[in-house]
Amino acid sequence: MAALVIAEHDHGTLKGATLNTVTAAAACGGDVHVLIAGHNAAGAAQAAAQIAGVTKVLHADGASLAEQLAENVAAQVLAIASNYAHLLFPATAHGKNVAPRVAAKLDVAQLSDVTKVVSADTFERPIYAGNAIATVQSADATKVLTVRTTGFDAAAASGGSAAIESIAAVADSGKSAFVGSEIAKSDRPELTAAKIIVSGGRAMGSSDKFNEVLTPLADKLGAALGASRAAVDAGYAPNDWQVGQTGKIVAPTLYIACGISGAIQHLAGMKDSKVIVAINKDPEAPIFSVADYGLEADLFTAVPELVNAL
Amino acid sequence: MKVLVPVKRVVDYNVKVRVKSDGTGVDIANVKMSMNPFDEIAVEEAVRLKEKGVVTEVIAVSCGVTQCQETLRTAMAIGADRAILVETPADLDLQPLAVAKLLKALVDKEQPGLVILGKQAIDDDCNQTGQMLAALADLPQATFASKVEIADGKAKVTREIDGGLETISLSIPAVITTDLRLNEPRYVTLPNIMKAKKKPMETLKPADLGVDVTPRIKTLKVSEPPKRGAGVKVADVATLVAKLKNEAKVI
Repeated sequence: MAALVIAEHDHGTLKGATLNTVTAAAACGGDVHVLIAGHNAAGAAQAAAQIAGVTKVLHADGASLAEQLAENVAAQVLAIASNYAHLLFPATAHGKNVAPRVAAKLDVAQLSDVTKVVSADTFERPIYAGNAIATVQSADATKVLTVRTTGFDAAAASGGSAAIESIAAVADSGKSAFVGSEIAKSDRPELTAAKIIVSGGRAMGSSDKFNEVLTPLADKLGAALGASRAAVDAGYAPNDWQVGQTGKIVAPTLYIACGISGAIQHLAGMKDSKVIVAINKDPEAPIFSVADYGLEADLFTAVPELVNAL
Repeated sequence: MKVLVPVKRVVDYNVKVRVKSDGTGVDIANVKMSMNPFDEIAVEEAVRLKEKGVVTEVIAVSCGVTQCQETLRTAMAIGADRAILVETPADLDLQPLAVAKLLKALVDKEQPGLVILGKQAIDDDCNQTGQMLAALADLPQATFASKVEIADGKAKVTREIDGGLETISLSIPAVITTDLRLNEPRYVTLPNIMKAKKKPMETLKPADLGVDVTPRIKTLKVSEPPKRGAGVKVADVATLVAKLKNEAKVI
């Protein structure tokens, strides 16, 4: 049987997390199909058909799917779920919202944040904020997974030529409605996809200082900006910049932590980065225990110096 | 309307857990346990809704071992009116689907207007139970809530999504899961802890609710995450830049 990837998209284009999920789906064995549930989403369906390794794209187009409400998207997945051995969602806010709803309706357990596919029924996933890795086996007929995107390489976005099949869109549940959204505007690379991340903590002191000190460094490196929970709670940075157990999980090539102590919950979100640099004036800060390069210095002098040296 | 607030007893968030040497799990013997932080936020929100006069009764629920009574007492000290413990054996691996089924049975019994849960438990990091309950009870859901307003038989909920915020409106009854920024839970005071001891607590078994709690997922092994190689401390910015360029080759 095939594996179905529930694509994350903005109707016109695919979100990057979908590509990592396709790689995980291929590892489960069998054909890989992609579901585009959206409204006027032909663009996303075309993009999905180009992904290397995808053999079929199912395209459900309807107004009920325009706002990606959990009730409707879950119903759309359930309409075709019986054809699949594996249902895979990216472990993003959207995937996490919908996947358990699908699993419960199928009366199967769900596996969250899978980081490795060991075999078709056995998977690895982190628990306790990444302080332990559990190898788990599912006894259910259908495996519903959310995929931690940093655990899998992205599938090539081109080279595929899957057929696109239209399927009927589900009716609106009538139980929920979209009111509005506030999406933070940013010219920077997306946090979860960035190669380099510059992150600030409570020691930044204020929102102005955060921008004044870290923005030039991020600009110089073409990096995304991140933050610890302390910095977000203090209002120094918007909450979608938060890296950690309860925020984004990132694994860039280079992660520069400035004025971040390195609490367990923060490390859970970034310790799979390839190279970690810590700039902190406290020699005892736990961040130094995971940093490849530690600089014990006042960030307000060290970061501008670093910008000049680059 | 009534509000049902499920709470979970977990290893305290400040504890760094250790994996058992035989690979069967993490060592939680003699480790400090507390209420899951997201659940504290859920109880606080329910109590605030009661203080606003929107809600008449707050019922805290926990599923698990006898010691979950302490967690329920904490919920009542924050302001929950009564508690229900669904007691399960200590050797049972209670998983989100089973908890969602137990909660579904309680929703049928108590008929709450809202169920407010934490978005995830910090031990299994699943982020499933609220969504599963919503599915089983066929209720609308608002996950990762950072703001909740109740008016005209609807719940207007602002959610934290990747990239920003989204507001949705749900018909009541509904299921809401809390994100960190929904509120700042209050500290429990000694007089309230004393009062909580007198509040009613009902104890049930899964069989009383007609729910099969057999685990569906088998844990084969729990291991330590790969260790990072020991890092070095550099003396100054120039050395750092040189190392990043020549040794790590990342810039």
